[in-house]
Amino acid sequence: MLKHFLTLEWKSFFRSASFKANLAIKIFMIFGALYFMVVFLGLGIGSFYIIEKQGWGDPLLVVNQFMIYYLVVDLYIRYMLQKMPITNIKPLLYLPVKKSRVVAYSLGKTVVSFFNRSHAFFFVPFSIVLLIEGYPPIGVIGWHMGIMALFYCNNFINVLVNNKDNVFYGLLGVVLGLGICQYYELFNITVYTSPFFKALYEMPWMAFLTWGLLISLASSAYIYFKRHMYLDAGLAGKKSMAKTEDYAWLNRFGNLGTFLKNDIKLIRRNKRSKTSVIMSFFFIFYGLLFFTGGIEAYDGPVWKIFAGIFISGGFLFSFGQFVPSWDSAYYPLMMSQNIRYREYLSSKWYLIIIATVLSTILASFYIYFGWDAYLAVIVGAIYNIGVNSYLVLWGGAYIKTPIDLSSNKKAFGDKQAFNSKTLLLTLPKLILPLGVYALGHYLISPTAGYIFVAMAGIIGFGFRNKVFAMIEAIYKKEKYKTLAAYKQKS
Amino acid sequence: MITVQNLTKKYGESIVLNIENLEIPKGESFGLVGNNGAGKTTFFSLMLDLIQPTTGHINNNGVQVDASEAWKPFTSAFIDETFLIGYLTPEEYFYFIGELRGQNKADVDNLLAGFTDFFHGEILGQKKYLRDLSKGNQKKAGIVASFIGNPEVIILDEPFANLDPTTQIRLKGIIRELAASKEVTVLVSSHDLIHVTEVCERIVVLSKGEQVKDIQTSKETLKELEVFFGG
Repeated sequence: MLKHFLTLEWKSFFRSASFKANLAIKIFMIFGALYFMVVFLGLGIGSFYIIEKQGWGDPLLVVNQFMIYYLVVDLYIRYMLQKMPITNIKPLLYLPVKKSRVVAYSLGKTVVSFFNRSHAFFFVPFSIVLLIEGYPPIGVIGWHMGIMALFYCNNFINVLVNNKDNVFYGLLGVVLGLGICQYYELFNITVYTSPFFKALYEMPWMAFLTWGLLISLASSAYIYFKRHMYLDAGLAGKKSMAKTEDYAWLNRFGNLGTFLKNDIKLIRRNKRSKTSVIMSFFFIFYGLLFFTGGIEAYDGPVWKIFAGIFISGGFLFSFGQFVPSWDSAYYPLMMSQNIRYREYLSSKWYLIIIATVLSTILASFYIYFGWDAYLAVIVGAIYNIGVNSYLVLWGGAYIKTPIDLSSNKKAFGDKQAFNSKTLLLTLPKLILPLGVYALGHYLISPTAGYIFVAMAGIIGFGFRNKVFAMIEAIYKKEKYKTLAAYKQKS
Repeated sequence: MITVQNLTKKYGESIVLNIENLEIPKGESFGLVGNNGAGKTTFFSLMLDLIQPTTGHINNNGVQVDASEAWKPFTSAFIDETFLIGYLTPEEYFYFIGELRGQNKADVDNLLAGFTDFFHGEILGQKKYLRDLSKGNQKKAGIVASFIGNPEVIILDEPFANLDPTTQIRLKGIIRELAASKEVTVLVSSHDLIHVTEVCERIVVLSKGEQVKDIQTSKETLKELEVFFGG
């Protein structure tokens, strides 16, 4: 039986639409994966010595102190990304397979998921370094096993709380609050949690406790799904109450308003688009890395523009990049309805512009780091409006990946989004403004650099009609290919 | 109204559609039948410029569909669920289509009022998004949306499939009414020979992409079709 399950799994992986990417992308991805493996391994080996060198104290204690946040972040990432095991078992329900086997197999599948294994890249080398540095083996093994069990606990917690948004966001709020309290030294949760992690090391038998917890979580997940393995219970998708909304105030914009209304609903009512917008909000804080001098490599003056473009352009990059894929589910409707491409594109463009302006206003707290910092944000916003907004729409014509609005999978990037044309288009999006600024900065003065970049944006804005006509022509040319690509659901 | 000339569609070596000549006059209710893979949906997709013909053209009211978009204002269609916007409620969807076709809310409400029977209380005011409706109810919403904005050409692919018996009968009534006005050209495809013979004045049979029969519907048509498909 297991053999059957495994061959199904094998086929579903190798026959999936996204796997048929071309060779160059595969090589690119392999390098990417290798890179991250090396980074994590390096971190695992190096963090011990880094912590020691910085004089933060016993590395094991330091790691223990932050372990609680590590675990919560892990849970958060899982909640957002890890696919639930139950989704693929519908076709198995009526077949002569024991329910218990199906459930055990589905849950077992989550155990071998990358979300669990990835932590080993850090913890295995870290534990080995601990052993080399003369920590008692029994203690280290107990600690290592105990922590690993906790990650697997996360796995099953995620399975159990999946789709319970209010529980999840409540928890997230509590942890964020605790983090802020710790930062401002009001209240330090790690004082209470780190002794537990420390105890795993000092009393290795404690590891059995976490394994006990893991076993009880796993068996309760097993029992829960076995009992709820019906289409209208455990396997039912979440259905939300719908409310008809008008947004009558957008009517004054005519056909443009019609599309804007739709786009607002699109964003508000679908998981995937919501995630993108939330992500774009976090882009606003990206600049903190630059303006606080937190990372040395970012200290060069040119990087300010880089930061400015990202701070104001979060929405542009996370949402705009995937126009028109957001409408992939009903693209045939859009193409046969009484719609002019110009209006369709304009509504997306306005959405990007509005979001860019909003981000710029929200980012006004950068004034705290000096007017110079905020000026970089404003200049970045002008460039985003005048140049990048076209570029993302243009690039979108070549990204023919259908988006499944109801799932968060791939929200953090999609292999097919990296084709050579879109990669080429990122050059003018990011590198060109840096070059333009550098030209002004080094030849004349920093102010001239800002003026140059802003001018590029304003000139781009001036050519709006010309550029739109060009983009429209490209969309028309790509129309049939796009329709065909959206037809094959990944 | 619609003229087709030397229309072929090839995928690689295989020819999926090959219609030499076909004329559909204004106001005709036109039925397309054929087995799976006969080319029905391919033909409709070509009519809506969703795929490109390998050779030949379709003219819709004098507009060559793969060259100009001027056919869009007077043509509407419901092919499959890709014509629905899942995250809208049915009302929002109807108003959206209405706005695209120059109809205000009152116009749309007026039209919808005529379909109360057809909806059977399962579409409007349900507090559900289209994606959460059953397949049959999704189809009802899609079909009615294709009537919005006084289109002159309506294309419905397999409109009877997935509908319950009551709704099938009501839909037949609606299509007959449309055809009776002689203003609207209705193109319907179906696997169900009884339904098409009941509502269509003319039936064309496709087989492996070729047009093999062109029948003006009469009492004998159903027999003739049953013999054709049975043999």
